[in-house]
Amino acid sequence: MAQKKMTIIASKGTLDMAYPPLILATTAAAMDIDVTIFFTFYGLEIIKKENADKLKISPLGNPAMPMPVPIPALVATLPSMEAIATAMMKSMFKKHGVATVGQLLDLAKESGVKLIACQMTMDVMGYKQSDIIDGVEFGGAATWMDVAADSDINLFV
Amino acid sequence: MSADIKVDQTLDAKGMSCPLPILKTKKAVEALSKDQVLKVETTDPGSKNDMASWAKRTGNEILKVEEGSGAFTFYIKKTA
Repeated sequence: MAQKKMTIIASKGTLDMAYPPLILATTAAAMDIDVTIFFTFYGLEIIKKENADKLKISPLGNPAMPMPVPIPALVATLPSMEAIATAMMKSMFKKHGVATVGQLLDLAKESGVKLIACQMTMDVMGYKQSDIIDGVEFGGAATWMDVAADSDINLFV
Repeated sequence: MSADIKVDQTLDAKGMSCPLPILKTKKAVEALSKDQVLKVETTDPGSKNDMASWAKRTGNEILKVEEGSGAFTFYIKKTA
């Protein structure tokens, strides 16, 4: 079987949206697929140093999020709701034996997943390359496009 | 029981959710020599299909799957 290739663009930095790119990347790597993740916009939060396990989720603007009791939108705006929703989701994940975002990121690196940070977003947001975890390369749209053009699967998350 | 299958290594992936059983299986199989057998125990209901897809894609062989009381046992021969 010829070596398959996949790229994923990770553009979101909330706890829930950090999972799909990392789950797919680690699984693909375990299935002998060559994987590249391009982190752009809020996706950069996933690869900022010591940040992967600090990502949050908000029930605000997310009516699909299951809550123990129905939360009116106005209550969801309260400052503590983000912390409550984040703690709730983390405990749900833990209870079901789901790896943390940080663990999946480590597993991705370990299994040879290539990580690229979007330099343009870094500049716009004022991030330095030293703010990003080790083992990440820096590039722009053309860097992703070059890999994507030779890939079998390209996903935007 | 599977007295006919000689198991070289056992992996306990019970209580783990996707994608951990697959990631741990991959690691464990990599550590084996060719034709050795890994026994993997899982409780993730998705692992039945996942393991079959993983084996097909990586060219390893699932010799046998046992199912019972919310648990799965896979016997995987390293053929790749």
